[in-house]
Parts: sequence; C-alpha cells; structure tokens
Amino acid sequence: MFGKLSWSAIPFDQPIPLIAGAVVLVVILAVLIWVVVAGHLPYLWREWITSVDHKRIGVMYTLLACVMLLRGFSDAIMMRAQQAVAFHSQGFLPPAHYNQIFSAHGTIMIFFVGMPFVIGLMNLVVPLQLGVRDVAFPTLNSVGFWLTATGALLVNISLVVGEFARTGWLPYPPLSELTYSPGVGVDYYLWSLEISGIGTLVAGINLVTTVLKIRTKGMNYMRMPMFCWTTLASNLLIIAAFPILTATLAMLILDRYLGFHFFTNEAGGNVMMFMNLIWAWGHPEVYILVLPAFGIFSEVVATFSGKPLFGYRSMVLATMAICVISFMVWLHHFFTMGAGPDVNAIFGIASMIIAVPTGVKIYNWLFTMFAGRIRFFTPMMWSIGFMVTFIIGGLTGVLVAVPPADFLLHNSLFLVAHFHNVIIGGVLFGAFAGYTYWFPKAFGFRLHEGWGKAAFWCWLIGFYVAFMPLYAVGFLGMTRRMQHFDVPEWRPWLMIASIGAGIILAGIICQIMQLVVSIRHREELRDTTGDPWDGRSLEWATASPPPAFNFAVMPSVTSEDAYWAMKRRAREEGVKEPDYGPIDMPRNSPTGFVCAFFATVMGFAMIWHIWWMVIVGFIGAFATFVVFAWRDKDEYEIPADEVARIDRANRAARRELITAAGDL
Amino acid sequence: MSELHDTHHRADLAPGDEEVVSVRLRVLGYLVGLALALLLTATSFFVAGTNLVWQPSIPVAIIVLAIAQMGVHLVFFLHITTGPDNTNNVMALAFGLLIVFLVIGGSLWIMDNLNNNMPPMDQIMQMQR
Amino acid sequence: MTDIAIAHQLPGLAEAAHEGPASKRIITGYGFWIFLLSDIVMFSCFFAAYAVLQGQTAGGPSGAELFNLRNVAIETIFLLLSSFACGMASVAVEARSHLWFQIAMAVTCVLGLGFLAIEFREFADLVARGAGPSRSAFLSAFFTLVGCHGLHVSGGELWLLTMMAQVFAKGFRADIQRRFLCFALFWHALDIIWVAIFSVVYLLGSAA
Repeated sequence: MFGKLSWSAIPFDQPIPLIAGAVVLVVILAVLIWVVVAGHLPYLWREWITSVDHKRIGVMYTLLACVMLLRGFSDAIMMRAQQAVAFHSQGFLPPAHYNQIFSAHGTIMIFFVGMPFVIGLMNLVVPLQLGVRDVAFPTLNSVGFWLTATGALLVNISLVVGEFARTGWLPYPPLSELTYSPGVGVDYYLWSLEISGIGTLVAGINLVTTVLKIRTKGMNYMRMPMFCWTTLASNLLIIAAFPILTATLAMLILDRYLGFHFFTNEAGGNVMMFMNLIWAWGHPEVYILVLPAFGIFSEVVATFSGKPLFGYRSMVLATMAICVISFMVWLHHFFTMGAGPDVNAIFGIASMIIAVPTGVKIYNWLFTMFAGRIRFFTPMMWSIGFMVTFIIGGLTGVLVAVPPADFLLHNSLFLVAHFHNVIIGGVLFGAFAGYTYWFPKAFGFRLHEGWGKAAFWCWLIGFYVAFMPLYAVGFLGMTRRMQHFDVPEWRPWLMIASIGAGIILAGIICQIMQLVVSIRHREELRDTTGDPWDGRSLEWATASPPPAFNFAVMPSVTSEDAYWAMKRRAREEGVKEPDYGPIDMPRNSPTGFVCAFFATVMGFAMIWHIWWMVIVGFIGAFATFVVFAWRDKDEYEIPADEVARIDRANRAARRELITAAGDL
Repeated sequence: MSELHDTHHRADLAPGDEEVVSVRLRVLGYLVGLALALLLTATSFFVAGTNLVWQPSIPVAIIVLAIAQMGVHLVFFLHITTGPDNTNNVMALAFGLLIVFLVIGGSLWIMDNLNNNMPPMDQIMQMQR
Repeated sequence: MTDIAIAHQLPGLAEAAHEGPASKRIITGYGFWIFLLSDIVMFSCFFAAYAVLQGQTAGGPSGAELFNLRNVAIETIFLLLSSFACGMASVAVEARSHLWFQIAMAVTCVLGLGFLAIEFREFADLVARGAGPSRSAFLSAFFTLVGCHGLHVSGGELWLLTMMAQVFAKGFRADIQRRFLCFALFWHALDIIWVAIFSVVYLLGSAA
C-alpha cells in the first residue's frame, strides 16, 4: 500500500537528525499557526503564493536561498567540527552519516542556495532594468519557483523520513547504482533534482526571452545594463546545460528503477560515461552561478564609483566568450579518469583560456574604480572583497587546469579549497552584494550599514581562516571527504579551518541581526524616493518597492546608463508629467503552487515506490495545466487614475528631495 | 500588458510563422516540403539496403541525407529562413546546434579515448581469453 | 554616450532605435522555440549515450538482428504525413476555418496514433524475445532514445486533443492561436528528431 515506506524510515535511533528534524518541524508549525491565527493567510495567498509578479517571485527565490543557506551551513559546521576532532578517532559522526552530510551540503549549496539566489536577483531586477512590466511568461515564472521549492522540500524531508544519498553531491556510479546504494537516499537526490531542474529550465527560458524580446523603447542591445547581458549569458547556459542534467539523471533513474544498464558494471554499462555527461552539465553550471555575480559587480562598482562602467563592449564580448567557452572545458573535472594526453592537453588549454575573459572583466572593474569617487557602502565592500578573493581562487583554478598538476591535486582538499574560493568569493559575495544593493528596491527601506559591514568582515576573514589552511593540507596530501584521519601534520590546519567556520558563523549571525535591526528601524532607513544609492540604471527610476506595473509609462531610452541620462535631462530640462493610461497586468494564479504540490506528491511517491500515488499526482498535475489553459481572463486592468495616483506620489517624493537638497 | 499588440513587428517574426499570406501558396509550400522529404526518406532507405553503392560511404550518405531532410523540415514546415526577420530564430538554432555538436562530438571523442585507454571490465576479460 | 555622439555627426550610422517590446505572438513563439532547442539538447544526450553504448550488446542481439526496416519505413511515412497534416491545420487556423482545422488535426492524430501503435508493438515484441532494455547497455540506450521520442509523441497527442477541444469550445481566440503555433512547432520538431532516429539508429544500425 505504501511501497517501501514504513515507520522505520524515521531515524528514531539517530539523535542528531531526529532532534534537528523535530526542532524544524516545531518552528514550521509555530510559524504556520501564527500565520493562520493572526489572519495573514489570505494576504499571503493573494499577494505572494499565487503571485505572478516577478518582484514577488524574485523575493521568494531569494528567501528560499537564504533559508537553505542556514541548512547547508549547519552541514558545513558539522563537517568542520568532525574533521577537527577525528584524529585517531571516529569523531562524533559515523561514516554513513558523515557521507550523507557532505552530500547534502554540496547538493543544497549548489542547487538550493546558489541557483535560487542568482535566479531570484535576476527575476527581481531584470524587468526593471529593461524598463518593462514583467518577464515574458509570468505564470510560468511562478511554476518555476514552486518546482524549485518542491526540490528543496524533498531534500529536507530526507532528513527525517528515510536517508539522503551518501555519494557526494554528484552521484557517481557504480556507488549510486542500486547494487551499492539500495536505500532511498539516491532516489531522494534524483527526484528532487529532476523536479527542480524543470523549474530552473523554465526560469532560463523566461529570462532569455525577456532579455531578447521585451525591452523598452530605445533599449538596444548595447544600451542594456551589464547585469542584463550576464543574465542573458547565464540563462542561455541554463537552457543549453540543464537538459543534459535531466537526461543523465534520467538514465540513472532508469538503471535504478527498471534495471537498465547505462552505468552498471555488468551487461555493457559504462561508468565513465556518467562522469562525462554529468560534467558536460556541471561545468556550465558553475558559470551559470558566477556570471550573474559578475553582472552584479558591474552594477555595484559603477554606481559606487560614480562612473560609467569601463569598457562596456569588451565586457559584453568577455561575457559571451565565457558563455561559449564554458562548454568546451568539462573534461578538466576528470583529467585523472584515463583520457590520453592529447585529450587532456586540449581541455587543459581551453580551461586556461577561459580565465582570460574573466581577467578582462577584473581589469574593467578596476579601471571603473580608477579616478572615481568611491563610496564604501556594504555592496561595494563585498565587491572589493570579491575582487581579491576571486583572483586567488581563479589562479588556483588555472593551476589545477594543468593536467600533470591535477594528477596530484585532484580530489584533494586543494581542489575543495579552490572551488569554495571561487564559489564563495565569486557567487556568494556577489549574491550578498546584490542582496544589500537591491534590498531597498524590493522592500522600501535600506539595510543597516553597521551590521552589514560587520557581516562582511566576518565573512571575509572567516573565509580566509577556513579555506587557506585547506590549500595547505591539500598540498600535504589530504583527500577530500575524509570522516577521520591519522596524519598528524594535517591536524593544526584543520583546527584553524574550524575556527574559520566559526568566524563565518559570526558573519551569518550579523546578517540575521542586520535583518532584524533593519526591520525594527525601517522608518529611519526608509527609501523615500526609490533611488537610495544615486543609481545609474532604470530600476532606480521606480518607487521602492515599485508598483505592480513597475513604470507608469515605459521609459524611452537614448543611451547606456539610461537612468543617469534621465536624471541629467531632468536637472537640465525639468520633468513633465506623462500621459497616464490604463495598464493591463497578468492575473495571479495558483497554478504554480498547485502544480508543485502534485510534483511533491509524485516525487515522494516515486522515491518510496508508492505507485498509485504517482498516478494520482500525475493526473493532478495534468489537470492543473488543463484548468489553467481553460481560463478566459488572464489579465486585469489598472485604471488610468489609479496609475496616476501611484506615480504622482513617487514624483512628489523625488521632487521634495531635490528641493530639500537645493535648500542646503 | 497593453503595449503588446498582436500584430507582428516589421523586423521580427515568431518562429513557425511565415510572411506568405495566400492559402494556395502556403499549401504549395507544405506540399513541396512533403515531396522533398519523401524523396530523401526513400533515398535513405534505398542507400541503406543496396549493394549498388560503395559500402564504406553508406554511413556518410545516410547522415548527409538526414541533415538535408532536417533542413527541408526547417525551411518548408517551420519556415526558418535567413531573412532579417528571422535572425533571432536562426541565432537560437545555431546556438542549440553548437551545443548538440559539442555534447555528441565531445562525448564520442572522450569516450572513445577513455575506452581505448581503460576498457570496461568485461572487455578486458574478453581480451584476456 | 558614444552612439549619441556618432548619431550627431553621422546620422545614417546611428543604430536603428529599438521599437519596444515584441508582440505576444513573437514572445510566445520564441520562448517555445528555445524550449524546443533545450529539448533537442536533451535528445542529443540520449543520442550520445546510444552512440557510445551501441556496441555493448553483452553477448545479446544487436541492432542488425532486431530491427524491422519495413516497420520503420511505415512509421516514418506516418509521422511525415502527420507533419504535413499539421501544416494543413496551420493553414486552416490562418484561414479561420473550423472545419478544415478539425479535419486536419484529426488526420494528424490518427497518423500519430498509427506511429505509436507500430512502435509499441515493436517494443513489446522485443521484450517478449528477451531483448528488453535490461538485457544489455545497447538495448537500454535504444529503448531510452526511441522510447523518449515515443513519450514526446504521446504527450503531443494529449496536447493535440486538448487543442481540438479548445478550438471547438472557444474558437480561434488569440491566445489559442498562440498555443497552436507552439503545438505546430512541437509536432514538426518531433518529426525532425525522428529523421535523426531512423537514420542513425535504424538505418545505420542495420547496415552495421
């Protein structure tokens, strides 16, 4: 009746997941009860859960990422703690647990922190920067978010019902095949990623179509903000790469569920083909993560240097070059798997070549800062921290791109340090920069600067203290994913690394404090005009938060840094009130949420082999689509005087600020 | 969004749309496409089974005929042309094809190399017999 | 910036100003087009796996022993004719003819079902002969690649029937026309993938 599911799936004999799960369950129930009792449910349903507004969806993606960062980081703290104490000892985490923890850590950080964070920021900002009202497919956007949330939910359920994969964040066969992983762990991984992969693909299609087909009047390709170019490149990579992930994981699912022989040791399967295909996805994936971060830095550095971005055209070329070359380097993830020297050499050289366009970008950011009037707000601090940190990480990358060097360093802690260097220094610092930069736009008040700077310094110092020792211990021969070790030379380095993890924890606490304090003091931190940073691009031309329709009248663009030009023209020529007209906006829809509900049911049922539930879930999902396809009214109209009222309020606030400044 | 009218832009065409308006010409286009596709299919089947062609050239011939037929489909059924109103559609297609060639070509090259240097276990066993 | 400066000095060289967002039809069509390209990338992975595992018959039957080219030829004709019928349905939509639309779509549907029936019988037959997908890596790859295409055709049939119902109930409304544009793109793309399958899998597989 319930397939493989039984009461023994709950880890009553394992205190750590049991207590963690219980605590989380209590917190979730408490929040749900508070929401319902305080009467917030209708508001949440109407304004957030069924919203198809790109701004709301962007915020929800980012919120998901931040919550999952806490889960992924607690896995990290456990790993660092284990390695600090497990010298000639089993530590406190038995191997089966430890393996699940590092697998969950990687899976969550990449798929449910990195991806949602950058996709959330792109969703929030890109339509505003392009001067338009929403993305190409608003309801599909909602579907994409909720499917991603489904994936995150399934991974987290594995903590308390069943187990997670013990294979690492990429489930290499034959370990991930049924013979050696007979439990449900790998299945949780597979279905979670197949479902959220559809969500990601949908976001990719949405954002590419938006950047290519929905821009305001006058916004030629070469007048788009740099963040929109990196969005285009990153989402082209999503469209190109995620189908590979879908196909490869599907093949593993077929092996496990129907006895196929793609990657088995018998009947002709080829284990190495899995590595080849999964990294053909995996390498573009890291560029999917880092390109939006590069775009964020372009925006932040230009704004806080008070200068236009240096070398716009070369930045565009560099971005598109990275986009294409990222599909030509994937073998560098398995130099040691047995390819001949000619194959290894070609991919090694390509991997070094791809560092060049990134170098171009760094130089352009530096030249943007040169002779600028730099304002050291928190986003700018993150950007400068990134520049130093990412260069180190990139250099170590070029080092391991040399095949003979990689033969010594592959799967050592040197590699682990390298990729954390570029992901934390690049993607996460970029995400934090974007978060603090665009927070006022999303919510109407700035984040507290003091706590923001404290968080930055804790993260920066904590990162170096945690990961530089790992380079050292990698050179000393330590392999990754070790549950215990007995080489005394490694011990001091690992203890220093665990201190670093503690400093990062302090950074995260600062970020939580920053949020709490900012919300409490939001009136003092209020962004009254919509332009708290004296910005250069169109998102700062709207109120904070922007109205549902973004712009009362879509602006007409005549140059790069469109909003900067608008401000100059306003100062020189004055501002005329536009002709307001009614605006049609897409209706909210529960399609995304309902579809994701059925996807969760189907995923859970597949994992536990509850076949009747799979069918129920599938019928439900299909019915949802038909119901959605059958609706007659997909838009609602905002009348012209409502548009006028909202817009006039923002114009008045801006005028007040200019006259106040003039009186000083 | 009220600014999006349902007419097409002068400089841009949705993929799958064609500029031709008359019903007769449209049907003719599809008929020509069908005829060409049938011809190419018949040729492919013939080449695969015949002894009249130099045997080693058969794989190349079949692949060339397949590519030609995909082209016929793209032009006559999907109306993908090289006109300026189709640029975005062609660029997207070109990007997709690039990825397909990199994935298939790259995988074949890599797997061939790997299999030669490190054959799967049962092949090694067979070689040892 | 620079292009404004250029525009002032040499008006003819200024970039043609972007006219604003594209129409809904173009947006929808383009979005679906890139979805199709992503789907083609997914198929290319299955093709790559098939090409790599082609020779791994694990002592079992190979393609040359299993493939019935007569059936493949019939499947090909059915799918090609169904593509043509779908094209006729597109013409009917442009001409706003309900009758011709429903006829053309019905023909498309029947031909597609014919294709699926032959393919299903082929699969069932192979499984009965002990040449199912768990027999060898070659067969796993074969069943997955061809089966994935068959699944797409089946999904397409469900979509086709939904489209017929929608046009019947609501007529040629603009959003339904956009959906049909997507359906037509999908159906033609399936035929393009079939060209690759019958050439690479069946014809090359039999000649080997």
